[in-house]
Amino acid sequence: MAGLSNEVKMPEEQISIDLTPPAKSWMEPAVQFRKGTYCYSAVPKHQKYLDLPYPREWNPAEKDWKLPEHWKEIILKGMKDLLGQYRSLKLFLDICVRCGACADKCHFFIGSGDPKNMPVIRAELLRSVYRRYFTLSGKILRRLAGARELTEEVLKEWFYYFFQCTECRRCSVFCPYGIDTCEITMMGRELLNLVGCNINWIVEPASNCYRTGNHLGVPPHAFKSTLEFALEEVKEITGIKVEAPINRKGAEVLFITPSADYFGNPHWFTFLGYLMLFHEIGLDYTWSAYASEGGNFGLFHSSELAKRLNAKIYAEAKRLGVKWILGGECGHMWRVIHQYMDTYNGPADFLEEPVSPITGTHFDNAKSTKMVHICEFTADLIQNNKLKLDPSRNDKWKVTYHDSCNPSRGIGLFEEPRYILHHVGNHFYDMPENTIKERTFCCGSGAGLGADENMEMRLRGGFPRANAVKYVHEKFGVNLLTCICAIDKATLPPLLEYWVPGVEVAGIHELVGNALVMKGEKERTTNLRGEPLTKFQVTS
Amino acid sequence: MRPEGRTPVILKDLLVKNRDAILERWLHLILETYPADTSTLLKQSKDRFLNPVGYTIFKEIEALFDELLEAMNFERLSSSLNNILKIRSVQDFSPSQAIGFTLLLKKAVEEVFGRETQKEQTLEEWLRFYSRIDQMAIKAFDIYMDCREKICEIRVNQARAEREMAFKMMERMNVLKEKT
Repeated sequence: MAGLSNEVKMPEEQISIDLTPPAKSWMEPAVQFRKGTYCYSAVPKHQKYLDLPYPREWNPAEKDWKLPEHWKEIILKGMKDLLGQYRSLKLFLDICVRCGACADKCHFFIGSGDPKNMPVIRAELLRSVYRRYFTLSGKILRRLAGARELTEEVLKEWFYYFFQCTECRRCSVFCPYGIDTCEITMMGRELLNLVGCNINWIVEPASNCYRTGNHLGVPPHAFKSTLEFALEEVKEITGIKVEAPINRKGAEVLFITPSADYFGNPHWFTFLGYLMLFHEIGLDYTWSAYASEGGNFGLFHSSELAKRLNAKIYAEAKRLGVKWILGGECGHMWRVIHQYMDTYNGPADFLEEPVSPITGTHFDNAKSTKMVHICEFTADLIQNNKLKLDPSRNDKWKVTYHDSCNPSRGIGLFEEPRYILHHVGNHFYDMPENTIKERTFCCGSGAGLGADENMEMRLRGGFPRANAVKYVHEKFGVNLLTCICAIDKATLPPLLEYWVPGVEVAGIHELVGNALVMKGEKERTTNLRGEPLTKFQVTS
Repeated sequence: MRPEGRTPVILKDLLVKNRDAILERWLHLILETYPADTSTLLKQSKDRFLNPVGYTIFKEIEALFDELLEAMNFERLSSSLNNILKIRSVQDFSPSQAIGFTLLLKKAVEEVFGRETQKEQTLEEWLRFYSRIDQMAIKAFDIYMDCREKICEIRVNQARAEREMAFKMMERMNVLKEKT
């Protein structure tokens, strides 16, 4: 009888190294659209609603993307236009020396191990095409000069990787030249839009926003109804009847917040916190059923769409005749406001420089846009002893704080949220220094990538953030991750459920609402989530 | 006869003596399952926050190796496997590639000792040690499946939450209709 053949490899020998991208050059486009790692394409009806070019049914995983006949010319003309329009783009494409300082700074690279997620290579995907068609060396030397032909495969690679960047700008913090890879992604997406290649998780909310004033598509009467529900809940918890004026002309302040705040979970509790705070300080303010969205998914699509969606904020402020605007807990809304709103739709010369009616503080930093961040506003109230707080009501929580990318790197808001947290609770623990503030790690689902079909990619991208949360969870028993971004509030819970079970997510103003001692309130027995306060907990 | 459940003393001594070399080789082989540019960076930094993948793999294979030589406590073994497999089950790996890192320990041991040295040990000792590695690999498959099921569950929960939000919105709209 013959013995066992040794032709069959042992299992450990069979583990071949054939991952994407293979050992060949990065210049060869090779993308596999594996389920769980990409977002679905935009639905035509939403594209049509926004008058976007080439609406059609198509699937990124299929070979035929049904591109328009002259797609290549369209892209190259678009690229020429963008280069003429933005000197920053030309500069970013020309000056990179590929030093690699950004290489291991991207959360998607750290989590996935895919070299094309190194910001330098992600930018090269676009830069190589720029060289081929817009530089002399690239036109002559082609591949030798790092130039690539624009092919359908290259376009597919753009789609794959530009929708794998959350535009968080962590890499730009480390670039010695200050190249903002986020803007490269933005330009890449602008070009993809020209041939109708975008994702539904961006286009649908943008279309909803255009139609109803908010991403979720909440019509005005449902907005009013949801506010009434919230007021009833506040009454149940505090015994106080709170008012929430809508579209009230002549109010001093217009309050704008993401629509997820009044429909999402755990956003809802932050929403209750806002209502309680404004009542307690007697703020002369109004909500708007028209500008009922702070977020701006247009930013993840194109500057034109961002401008169109942003316009309603100033238009509504003008119509209602308010003096200035107060903005809620949102992420990219603050990047739009701080860096783009003034040039998109400004100057807002019909508004006044914001002054807190309660403390008299002038918000000089908002002199131009006339819009103040709620954390600045609340921190100022606390500093001037205008709020009575009982931090023990948050004793259930051992809290840490996630610096949401845009408020931290976009507008430099580091200390105000922490100042508030130190006053509304007794247990605060920061995550390690190299994972917070300007070096914060992204949630992995921003810039329109929070779709459920993209879950695997999101879990990869969010791993560095979750890893730091895990550290404080294990070391200090942290059980609550606070943040000031609606996308974070929606996407961090599933991320933590996978990587760090036992840690929940909340907005800062939820904790403010818990701690706020309101005039005439009944004895509080529960927090805003309806959970018994520590001193009322029944021990078995 | 040696007592059941204990690794033979002679082989164990040899493995303990060469622990660092084996671990270094095992780590190298695991990191080689990543694309070339990536494995270089994964090897470079030892910072647990800036290189969480490299750090986790190194820390946990140390724990796994020690467990294989000691009590084979399945709770501790599972915890270490879980920390590595949570990462590998969301990366671009096929199931066999994701769990196959466990079997790379055999290759690492072989590369460190060479075939000649192995012959100095009794066959029984080697079979027992390899069988422990196989047990670890089987456990890894269970944990990998748990991770994949969790991803699926999270995805379904998100879709469900979105649906509930839509229902809530419809409910709010109807409430107003009833009032008018």
